[in-house]
Amino acid sequence: MKWDTCDPKAAYVLHLADDALILGQRLSEWCGHGPILEQDIALTNISLDLIGLARQYYQYAAELMGDGCTENDLAYFRDSRAFKNHLLVEQPNGHWGDTLARQFYYDTFHFFQLEALSASADERLGQIARKAIKECTYHAQYSAEWIIRLGDGTEESHQKIAESISRLAPFAGEFFVPSEVDAAAAAEGWGPNVASLRTVWLEKLQHILALAKLAPLDSEKPARLGGKSGLHSEYHGYILAEMQSLARAYPDATW
Amino acid sequence: MVSEEALWSALAEVMDPEVPVLSVVDLGVIRRVYTEGSSIHIDLSPTYTGCPAMDVIQKRVEEALNSFGEVVVHTVLDPPWTTDWMTATGREKLEAYGIAPPVGKATDKRSLWAVQPSVGCPRCKSQNTEILSLFGSTACKSLYQCRDCHEPFDYFKCL
Repeated sequence: MKWDTCDPKAAYVLHLADDALILGQRLSEWCGHGPILEQDIALTNISLDLIGLARQYYQYAAELMGDGCTENDLAYFRDSRAFKNHLLVEQPNGHWGDTLARQFYYDTFHFFQLEALSASADERLGQIARKAIKECTYHAQYSAEWIIRLGDGTEESHQKIAESISRLAPFAGEFFVPSEVDAAAAAEGWGPNVASLRTVWLEKLQHILALAKLAPLDSEKPARLGGKSGLHSEYHGYILAEMQSLARAYPDATW
Repeated sequence: MVSEEALWSALAEVMDPEVPVLSVVDLGVIRRVYTEGSSIHIDLSPTYTGCPAMDVIQKRVEEALNSFGEVVVHTVLDPPWTTDWMTATGREKLEAYGIAPPVGKATDKRSLWAVQPSVGCPRCKSQNTEILSLFGSTACKSLYQCRDCHEPFDYFKCL
């Protein structure tokens, strides 16, 4: 497959990039559809930060892969199987609570992931992470505040967010089950041992859920796996179709 | 060869496309200016990684300096740009323009769920304000409202 890689470092950087790009693309679907203007703007701001971050990672991966590879090749000309994002980030936006539950799980994980990457043995990954964590802190604050507002809101908002939190939990479980790529990155000191991030993640999560008057997360629920090995849900193909169709129809188009 | 001083003065005329009262020097995104042979090198730190204004800023920097020689702009991620690098003049210009400047230092605010700062209203100077949204019209701003004069206003948030 074109632009697939056997280099463990490039594969790891692509995994990080794919999470940021797919979630950024998902959030961009809210543009013009937010419940009120301020929230529409907030989600598209977060989307933009994530797409900016994805570019940093793709540019680095392209350099590692060489052979004339560019960030655009990696974003627009790889097929679903080549993407190694977590299943969580490709889940549909659903209603507001679904989007915010997904965001809450991801942002909290992303914060601790970036904190670990800030001390990466790979200088470039460290630079990217030390920049991104400042933006991610605002994302995490925003999604946690929404969980509290919805959980401690009306009877209907409480019931809906509780359902979203519970339904998406198995997808969040995938964060902490290391793939071969994660294991190689941890062994080389490029990235964290993801299993070890679970404790801090869960602690932060349970704290916010308690503030939101929501039931604590059942930490024994089995994880839904697949994304990190390229086995995606049906939704993934639709995201790529929308995101990649223009670039593939006009491969040399420029702004 | 052109002096670094002349280059800095030229850069002080390059305005941020989103916040047109601030120059790239006020904003603190120019980290280093140096010459090498006939070429001019600029180290530029992006504000936000996804900020669309950064491409425009880079182009404007090149245009402002290309009469002095070949311009090479280097994007420098580390140390990451912080609002602490915004100049005192920059902060005054922001407030006069109606955007509340960053409150305090961004350093050590890298913790999850930090407490929101008390932001003064740039119009009536009241401290009695509230946050409407953590995210505003551009990546660098939050939206606030003054409880006294009731004006909504942008706040350039700490980063």
